[in-house]
Amino acid sequence: MNASANPPLIEVEDLGVRLNTSRGAAQAVRKVSFSLLRGETLGLVGESGCGKSVTALALMGLLPDSAVVSGSVRLDGSELVGLKDADYRKLRGNRISMIFQEPMTALNPMHTIGRQVAEPLRRHKELSAAAARKEAIALLDRVGLPDAARRADAYPHQFSGGQRQRITIAMALACQPDVLIADEPTTALDVTLQGQILDLIADLVDERGMAMILISHDLGVIAENAQKMMVMYGGTVVESGPTAEVFARMGHPYTQGLFRARPRLGAKKGTRLKTIAGTVPELADLPAGCAFADRCAIVQSRCRAALPPAVEVKADHQVRCLRTNVSMAELA
Amino acid sequence: MSGATTVTADTPTATSRRPAAGFWRRALRHRSFVLGGTLVLLVFVAALVSFVWTPWSPYDIDMAAKLKPPSAAHWLGTDAFGRDVVSLLLVGARSTILVGVIAVGIGLSFGVCLGLTAAARKGWVAELIMRMSDFTFAFPAILSAIMLAAAFGPGMVTSIIAIGIFQIPIFVRITRGSANAVWAREFVLAARASGKGTLRITIEHVLPNILSVLIVQATIQFALAILAEAALSYLGLGTQPPQPSWGRMLNDAQTLLFEEPSLAVYPGAAIAIAVLGLNLLGDGLRDLLDPRLARER
Amino acid sequence: MSLFVLRRILTLAATLIGASLIIFLVLDALPGNAAQMLMGADASPDAVSALTVKLGLDQPLLYRYAHWIGGMLVGDLGNSYVYGTPVAGLIAERLVLTIPLAIMSMLITVVLALATGIYAAANHNKIGDVGVMSLTQIGIALPTFWFAILLILLFAVKLRWLSAGGFAGWDDGIWEGIRSLLLPAISLALVQAAILARVTRSAVLEVLREDFVRTARAKGLSKREALWSHVLRNAMIPVMTVMGLQFANLLAGTIVIENVFYLPGLGRLIFQSIANRDLIVVRNCVMLLAAMVVTVNFVVDVLYAFIDPRIKVHNL
Repeated sequence: MNASANPPLIEVEDLGVRLNTSRGAAQAVRKVSFSLLRGETLGLVGESGCGKSVTALALMGLLPDSAVVSGSVRLDGSELVGLKDADYRKLRGNRISMIFQEPMTALNPMHTIGRQVAEPLRRHKELSAAAARKEAIALLDRVGLPDAARRADAYPHQFSGGQRQRITIAMALACQPDVLIADEPTTALDVTLQGQILDLIADLVDERGMAMILISHDLGVIAENAQKMMVMYGGTVVESGPTAEVFARMGHPYTQGLFRARPRLGAKKGTRLKTIAGTVPELADLPAGCAFADRCAIVQSRCRAALPPAVEVKADHQVRCLRTNVSMAELA
Repeated sequence: MSGATTVTADTPTATSRRPAAGFWRRALRHRSFVLGGTLVLLVFVAALVSFVWTPWSPYDIDMAAKLKPPSAAHWLGTDAFGRDVVSLLLVGARSTILVGVIAVGIGLSFGVCLGLTAAARKGWVAELIMRMSDFTFAFPAILSAIMLAAAFGPGMVTSIIAIGIFQIPIFVRITRGSANAVWAREFVLAARASGKGTLRITIEHVLPNILSVLIVQATIQFALAILAEAALSYLGLGTQPPQPSWGRMLNDAQTLLFEEPSLAVYPGAAIAIAVLGLNLLGDGLRDLLDPRLARER
Repeated sequence: MSLFVLRRILTLAATLIGASLIIFLVLDALPGNAAQMLMGADASPDAVSALTVKLGLDQPLLYRYAHWIGGMLVGDLGNSYVYGTPVAGLIAERLVLTIPLAIMSMLITVVLALATGIYAAANHNKIGDVGVMSLTQIGIALPTFWFAILLILLFAVKLRWLSAGGFAGWDDGIWEGIRSLLLPAISLALVQAAILARVTRSAVLEVLREDFVRTARAKGLSKREALWSHVLRNAMIPVMTVMGLQFANLLAGTIVIENVFYLPGLGRLIFQSIANRDLIVVRNCVMLLAAMVVTVNFVVDVLYAFIDPRIKVHNL
């Protein structure tokens, strides 16, 4: 990996987000910390409702006005938490970009795709309309859209889902951002397209030396694309570390449950799918202690008392569990 | 560790059944519903009371007592013919409600039938029904009332027919739209696969599921019907004298604007109260009957 | 694209013809002998037949209908049963007031409604929004003619700024004419604007929730920029639909308002003609009004194609 040494590009410390839901205040994200160097990809894994998207939106500064963000997010040394929107705007789409899950609705149906891809260029790089259009066409070409020059004047409804996602990628990368956040970029696409789109993203990230945060609920996607990974549950990171390491020796009972829940090719007929008992807690109902307590097979009363601290079970591999001695016992 | 199956999320049932008790509990706490309901109830009560008792007879002309200010005898005063304003308002409520209920009834019965047919049959039948109802949009209530009044003379029946006809295409559209959505749902496909006929599916599955939409729309249409009836009576095309009506009271009051302005306030306020009440009631019902219907208000 | 417009034009023609049939049916075929109605129940049968022939009412229905339609195409709408003068002239005289009134009302309505609706949506759930919603909630409950009467009460009776009715005519100058139409136009516009403002607000709020607005903000646009360049064009579609539908209400309202302010427009002509049993005038006026409603909706339909790029390709 071409990771340039020295200070991390993006450094997140104890990030917390409190949201106002219809049922009162909810701590959607608690004590999330990580750092990324240029060229690194961090995989963020978890079920719906675990706080992955909220974390992403917090990094982008796109949470609703009523949200309260605590902790620290440093991009190249400058603090983002508490930044005024007028200043944050200069960074969004420019130094930090995001791709969303649903390509069918991500584009404005009333504007041509050329105009939409050129928009960040005109805004941040102050290019003229002609120059921006030229650049946009080049970008569309780079993401694999055939006949880009002519199709730049077409409208989103004239493209398929896969093509629209390529267009959003072009849009996100137009200004050569340092950090790309990809929130489930292939979940809404056909399985056949998933590989193509992920490869495209990986190529571009590599080419431009960006740092990427890849959010997914699919362990396979994480395995193939991320060097480091974090597993989130109930708004906290329950396990983090180098991908290969976590896959080899997962420490947290939730992570273990996730892995076991994957259907296996070649399993004998009649094998029951393994599941994790219980349901994901509502953000407004999070307990003070470990969020996984109610579904954990090895839970003890001290688990519910307070949020377990992150325990380093191996270099860079951390698990937020008080009983790693039990959960990791079977592993070598 | 885990051997038990996970709890599955709520599966959608064929009909959203809300226990009646739960509904009323929520309803009575909903501001719009309570406020709107009270106002509407007020108007209905006024109309009902008028059948049994009014302070004076609204038909009694007493020129000696004309244009009197409010007093113990005449709570809101008298009009240019010495008639008691309160009595006029109470009896006037009758025509307002009658026209509204019948007109909306016409719209509902024809509109829902046609809409359900259009949704069930598709093809050229649906096209025809939709085209015809689109066509009716060219004739707002006033225009129809003008034609009918010119041809057959003005009157309450004229206004009922004119307003009612215009209600039909609105209900056709709404019914068909909602019904189509229900037809596309899986439990209906299942019913069809098991051999149920179109009519039975329509009655047993489609209708119950679109009821909330229809109820809400009916309250809105009722409000519009009241406004239309008031306009028609004001213009002289609707309820005819000596039958009291709020719209015509306003017409009479207008000629006396310089002498007795208060006469112009009461009937208009009555209309506004009735309409406001229905609107609030409709908003409340929308929230209560189907939260999915409740867009950002 | 031209196929799209062509199809719409054909629908327009079909609707107009259909409307004319209905109008003719109700006003000429059903009521019975118009001459009888004009002369009253006591007139002698000879006088009635003479009038019947004079007015051309003895001709077969189909012929009369064709004669009417043919005449419409050349601008000859027949002669008034009561005055004998050409109907076209009578109508034209009144349109000089009704059309400017309708246009003034429409302009005020649109400007007011769009401004308040967008303002309310941009300040969703804050004081500005709550205020607008409460005001409009009351506004939509007010009968237009009552509101007009209240305004007359305030401005003409109490303050004596404006007259309580009547039309000065255009001869004294455009400004004088507009001045006498101001109160009528405003009273009509305020109630219509209340309705349209609420529609605008919810249309804008709907669009604000769309994913592509989030994309726009992720690109670095401010909330206001996202509103103007991304939201409004999308929100205009449902708003335009409602404006088109409201046109019918606007026309109806114009007629009512003319009565409130004693303005000699199309509305007064219609009511006088109903009272006089001058059915031919009523027939042509109603046809004109229906045609205006249908045409406006046609224009809105076609405008969609220009605003929404999805329509060109999909719906021919």
